[in-house]
Amino acid sequence: MAAERKTKLSKNLLRMKFMQRGLDSETKKQLEEEEKKIISEEHWYLDLPELKEKECFIIEEQSFLLCEDLLYGRMSFRGFNPEVEKLMLQMNAKNKVEEVESEAVELDVSDEEMARRYETLVGTIGKKFAKKRDRANYEEDENGHIKPTVKVKKMFLKPQD
Amino acid sequence: MAEAVGVAAESLAGDRARAARTVLDQVVLPGEELLLPEQEDAEGPGGAGERPLRLNAGTRSRGRVVCGPGLRRCGDRLLVTKCGRLRHKEPGGSSGGGVYWVDSQQKRYVPVKGDHVIGIVTAKSGDIFKVDVGGSEPASLSYLAFEGATKRNRPNVQVGDLIYGQFVVANKDMEPEMVCIDSCGRASGMGVIGQDGLLFKVTLGLIRKLLAPDCEILQEVGKLYPLEIVFGMNGRIWVKAKTIQQTLILANILEACEHMTADQRKQIFSRLAES
Repeated sequence: MAAERKTKLSKNLLRMKFMQRGLDSETKKQLEEEEKKIISEEHWYLDLPELKEKECFIIEEQSFLLCEDLLYGRMSFRGFNPEVEKLMLQMNAKNKVEEVESEAVELDVSDEEMARRYETLVGTIGKKFAKKRDRANYEEDENGHIKPTVKVKKMFLKPQD
Repeated sequence: MAEAVGVAAESLAGDRARAARTVLDQVVLPGEELLLPEQEDAEGPGGAGERPLRLNAGTRSRGRVVCGPGLRRCGDRLLVTKCGRLRHKEPGGSSGGGVYWVDSQQKRYVPVKGDHVIGIVTAKSGDIFKVDVGGSEPASLSYLAFEGATKRNRPNVQVGDLIYGQFVVANKDMEPEMVCIDSCGRASGMGVIGQDGLLFKVTLGLIRKLLAPDCEILQEVGKLYPLEIVFGMNGRIWVKAKTIQQTLILANILEACEHMTADQRKQIFSRLAES
C-alpha cells in the first residue's frame, strides 16, 4: 500500500531536474514526449492551404521583338549617313548569319582542293624528316611541288653469260 | 446569388474558350480564353469521346509556349487582353510551342523592356535626364548610360534633344528607365539623334509593318534619294533628307502608306521616281 502511493508522484514533480536521476527510461521518454507536444502546441502557424508550385509552360513576354523579326530601327540609304549604313548592315545581318555560315562551311574548301593540298603536304613534311642522303630523292616537279621519287631498290643483277 | 453568377460566368467562359490553333489569323477579343494545343485534348470541345487516338499522349513533351503582347497568362489559362488578329510563330529550336501574340492596332505606347524608342529630353536634373517617350510617365536616363561617358566626361545632351535608346526597366509598377548603350557598352546607333530632320507620330502597327523584314516600302523609299530614317517602337519616326522638300515628301509617303494597297503604293513610287 505504501509502495503504491510512493510511485504516484505528480508529473510536475517528476519533471524537476533532481528527480530525473532516479527515473527509469520509459517514464523519461514519456515525459520528454509530453514536453515536446506542449512546445509544438505553443508555436503559432498560419492556417493556409499548401502552396503548390505548378510547372508552368506559358511564358509571358510583352515585346514584339521576339514575335516579329523586326529590323533595326536606324536606317540610311544611298550614302546619306555612312556610319548608320554600316551599322544597319551589321545589325540586320545578325538574323541571317546562321544561314550564311552553314553555307560558307560547305563552300570554303572543297574535297578535291583538300585532297590536292594534302598531297603536296606529304612531300613537304616528308622532306623535313628525311636524312641528308635521302633528300636528293625528293625532287621538285614542274609545278614546284615536292614529291618523293619512288626509290628503286637495287638488286643484284645477274651477269649474263 | 454570387455563386450563380460565378457559375454562369464559368459556363460562358467554357463556351468561348477556343483552340488557339483554329483561330490563327482571326480576330480575337479581350476576355476571350484560348486553349493551347497541349490543353486541347484534355478539355477541348468534343471531350473524351471524340478525342483523336494518340500513340504517345502521355509521354509527349510539353513545349514552353510564349505568349506575346495582347495575351496574358492566368494560371494555366491563356487570356486575350487586346483585340486584333491572333498570330503564331513556329518555334525556332526543336522544343517549345512557339510564340502566340495579338497583332493589334493602337496609338498609345506602353513601355516594354528591350524596345528601341525615340524620346525627347524634357528635363535635366542632376544625374538623370527625363525623357518623354509617349508612355504614361517620362522615362529616366542616366548620364552615365552613354557610350564613353564617365563621371568627369558628361555627354552633351540638352533639353529638347531627340534620343534613340532602349528600355532596360519597364514594368507597370516602376518608372521606365532608358539607356543608350548595349550590353557591351557600345552605342550601336543609340544616343542623341543628329540635328534637323523631322519627327512625326504614326500608329504602332505601322512601325511594325515598316520594320518587317519583307517590307517593300522601305526598299522602295531607299531608292528615291539619299535619306536617313529612325524608327522608334513608340510610334515616332524621324526622317531627314538633303532638302526640306524631300524630307516632307518622305514623311508624307510613310504616313500615307499605312492604308494603301500594294498596287497603290507601286503607283506612287513609280510617280515619284519619274519626278
